[in-house]
Amino acid sequence: MTRSTPKATRHINQNEGLIFEKSSPGKAAWRLPPLDVPEVDASKLLGSAERKDLGHMPEVSEIEIIRHFTRLSTWNYAIDLGMYPLGSCTMKYNPRVNEVVARFDGLANAHPYQPERISQGALSIMKTLSDCLTEITGMDAITLQPAAGAHGELTGLLMVRAYHQSKGSPRKKILIPDSAHGTNPATAAMVGYAVENLKSNAQGMVDIAALQAQMNEHVAALMLTNPNTLGIFEQEIHKIADIMHAKGGLLYMDGANMNALVGKVRPGDFGVDLMHLNLHKTFSTPHGGGGPGSGPVAIKRILEPFLPAPVVITKDDGTLGFEYNRPHSVGRVRAFYGNFGMFVRALAYTLANGPDGLRQTTEDAVLNANYIRKGLEGVYDLPYSTPTMHEVVFSDKLQARKGVKTMDIAKRLIDYGFHPYTTAFPLIVPGALMIEPTESESKEEMDLFIQALKSIADEVQEDPQMVLDAPHSTRVSRLDEVTAARKPILRWKPELS
Amino acid sequence: MRYLPKSPADREAILKAIGARSIDDLFAPIPAEYRLERDLTVPRQMAESEIMDWFRERSRENGEGYATFLGAGAYHHYRPVIIDSLISRGEFLTAYTPYQAEISQGTLQSIFEFQTMICELTGMEVANASMYDGSTAAAEAVMMAVRLTGRRSVVIGRSVHPEYREVLETYAHHQSLPLNTVTFSDSGRLDLKDLEQSISQETACVLIQSPNFFGSIEDVAAVAEIAHQQGAMLVVSIAEAVSLGIIEPPRQADVISMEAQSFGVPLGFGGPYCGVIATREQFVRQMPGRLVGQTTDKNGKRGFVLTLATREQHIRREKATSNICTNQALVALMVNIFMTVYGKTGLRELAKQNLAKTAYAAGQFGKHARVLFPGARFNEFVLQTSEDPYAINSRLLGHKIVGGLPLKKFYPELGNAALWCCTELSTRTVIDTAAGVVSEGKGSLRSENEIDVQEVVR
Amino acid sequence: MPYPTDFKYTKEHEWIKADGKNATIGITNYAQESLGDIVFADLPKVGAETTAGKTFGSIESVKAVSDLYAPASGTVTEVNGELATAPEKINKDAHSAWLIRIALKDRGELNSLLSAADYEKFVADEAGP
Repeated sequence: MTRSTPKATRHINQNEGLIFEKSSPGKAAWRLPPLDVPEVDASKLLGSAERKDLGHMPEVSEIEIIRHFTRLSTWNYAIDLGMYPLGSCTMKYNPRVNEVVARFDGLANAHPYQPERISQGALSIMKTLSDCLTEITGMDAITLQPAAGAHGELTGLLMVRAYHQSKGSPRKKILIPDSAHGTNPATAAMVGYAVENLKSNAQGMVDIAALQAQMNEHVAALMLTNPNTLGIFEQEIHKIADIMHAKGGLLYMDGANMNALVGKVRPGDFGVDLMHLNLHKTFSTPHGGGGPGSGPVAIKRILEPFLPAPVVITKDDGTLGFEYNRPHSVGRVRAFYGNFGMFVRALAYTLANGPDGLRQTTEDAVLNANYIRKGLEGVYDLPYSTPTMHEVVFSDKLQARKGVKTMDIAKRLIDYGFHPYTTAFPLIVPGALMIEPTESESKEEMDLFIQALKSIADEVQEDPQMVLDAPHSTRVSRLDEVTAARKPILRWKPELS
Repeated sequence: MRYLPKSPADREAILKAIGARSIDDLFAPIPAEYRLERDLTVPRQMAESEIMDWFRERSRENGEGYATFLGAGAYHHYRPVIIDSLISRGEFLTAYTPYQAEISQGTLQSIFEFQTMICELTGMEVANASMYDGSTAAAEAVMMAVRLTGRRSVVIGRSVHPEYREVLETYAHHQSLPLNTVTFSDSGRLDLKDLEQSISQETACVLIQSPNFFGSIEDVAAVAEIAHQQGAMLVVSIAEAVSLGIIEPPRQADVISMEAQSFGVPLGFGGPYCGVIATREQFVRQMPGRLVGQTTDKNGKRGFVLTLATREQHIRREKATSNICTNQALVALMVNIFMTVYGKTGLRELAKQNLAKTAYAAGQFGKHARVLFPGARFNEFVLQTSEDPYAINSRLLGHKIVGGLPLKKFYPELGNAALWCCTELSTRTVIDTAAGVVSEGKGSLRSENEIDVQEVVR
Repeated sequence: MPYPTDFKYTKEHEWIKADGKNATIGITNYAQESLGDIVFADLPKVGAETTAGKTFGSIESVKAVSDLYAPASGTVTEVNGELATAPEKINKDAHSAWLIRIALKDRGELNSLLSAADYEKFVADEAGP
């Protein structure tokens, strides 16, 4: 017996192919206006430089593009869908007014080289944001040029180097705690510094005696994340700063966790010499699937000569402008002035909050992390009992006995409708579950999250294999990362379809 | 505060659950002497309508409604509206880096398509999923060549974007990598004789840009031959991506670094943009930045994951290929959608319109001033005038037109020269008006033919 | 998997098998087990020098990188090309899937390395109770 109709498959939105698989000659999603100038003969103008063929670029219609990307989007988790408690990543609400104002014609379509006299609006945004950020951090000056946090680190360490060079020697080493983000050592290496590891003490903080012993005239700076990646505030911060300064070193603060401090305490007041901020964390600009970010670097007066050029200044006639003539500058770290679109969004966020809103935001972020900690203490192992600021780090020690690791628990959390927490970081906690709820979660959402993790802890005892096989509810199950790395397929080719 | 989802009663309940008397208990770890006991001196909390008003005012002060002849690494092209419709979807906008593949397939698959299209357009075998911008991509591409060759010296063309060169200097300086700048010839292209003299067995790579800063197409094959003879790699920077629609990509390059802003990314006063690095398969393990690979799930279903992550900082730390973490993912999505909209046929037609507008403008301006650097170019040209270009631009502003970029700051040897750019958005009316304003300058230089131009350069 | 007695071992989990003036180097079964699925081996080129106790390459799993330490000094004479396309061979049989061959500079260096029995004891201690 033969079937006359083929068996129906699930609707294509569960099975959306690659755009290339929808392409066929003659379809198009574009139309250009008629030329108002004479046509040109490309081969005559370009000769051998003329390109004749664009290979496998797709040919599709507009509706197909809309459906394609809309369908793809439904396979993503997002803050807009629910709690996204990635520790260290600060997945807070991304206000929509930010997106609207960033698209105003004069801001979205401004050319970076347009004359200063018709750029006063953009300059005013940069100036106002700079003023807000220096006030929030308690620093003296700032550069907005770096494109992301790690780029800010690079800029900061270049300034550290230039500062020491101006005193005679750039020095050789950067001290970095073992709990630090990977970007810290990677950045130090890019700037030509050797990295020296600094061990944490039993409370998860910088070991003051170790710092004292390791600090000498060869050390250019300590890169300190505060609160650190365990969500712990360095309670002996004044001693840390003093030890660094006594030997002529600088204290660099990785501001990834500044959302725990805004409006409550200022790094400039506790001895930090320079720090970067992540506008895409603390100041609500969207992560967009990995970027763009923005990583301004705020500094104390002693580092001002070394700021990347140009800097925004107020000119004699009261208008704003760029100053390029900075003989001691470390140079440029990026073309133009930085990720301006992110400045607009971060400033819109700051204005929406005001001083009271910024403080309340910080308080709520810390309140939420402590609520999660309280809710899960005893269910999951808490390796450091030191007070928690904006994030809390558990370990999978209790579950590992059943062969279930942090990544397995994370995958099971997906079935409960939450994005996983950060797994396996910081490195000093084996099997870490690093949870940062941010201020954007309501009590109801957090209660659901706590219940989910409690329920998973029960499942680990009753049916560990079920947790090991999670997620069970997603479009794809766990993917074969090993083959992906052994035999990389990094682009589509017709023979792959 | 309207973004915070808690009532006063919720806060009280949570404090009680935690066992804290007040919120200040939670901030006790901060030494009392440092705690801020006052309000931050930032503007007061604003209503949404006030925020809209404030930024609308800034927008008005910012050249709203001006036509522009500026290019120089940032190009004004039309952006199809569906780009913003699609990237505004919360599932793209408010997602993190796709580390959890099972709930990030949307981002991952779109990046895989992006990588594919960049490979098709550049003629390379692999492309990463974005760097910060064209300038940092160029610097990172050079660092990549330094690692791959084990050599330390770098040769860079003076016809590369001046700010890209500045960024490379910043990156190279503290690693003590010697930079050797090669001048450009009368044609506005890299001086090949100077290149031959500047390159040696110690040279890790030669960095050029094509179309170069002046809009001229470099002789990539000739440069590649000279570089490869010395065992050096060739890195080609592409700042105007639309050129790829009609200009042969630099297939002889070992690494291509690119600024994809032209593909649907707003000018936005200089950022965020989208850098990309593309290269050959054999070099992929020294390439910085994220990469998506195709694989299968337990049931054999096609899926995508971040791969070759051991190159990156979160694993290799101080030995990583770069410190890059956050990239330009959402901007890469804009680029992706733009490439999909124009596709195989549209990109060529779009590029052709750019050629036509530029040829027309060069002809019109050339009646009153000298167009330098003959030969194949894309959408930019250098115009030399008897009058100071700042004076010309000042008059143009009265017509709500932003003139070309005066080059005195970057290339004083070119005298009264400016870099003019036309795209498909430059209308004949605006070009004619601008040409008229240029002609108002006293004692205009005329380029009877382009041979004269070369004499002017000397 | 037994540790061959004609190999010598390092505390960094490499093995070396000498054959006259030449020697073959690989990683131990314990090393491949703790790394998990190996996806790439970054190995030196023929003609490169190795120095006893110094790194000569690295080996990668999906989410970790381990440096490779040379058990002995010498000049690389051969690299196992099979691993470029099939790194999983190391997981399958670490003691036959060799990485490099070298011409030994000083055979005497091998005397300070661990015997199979010593190595087995060493990893038993490292793995803990």
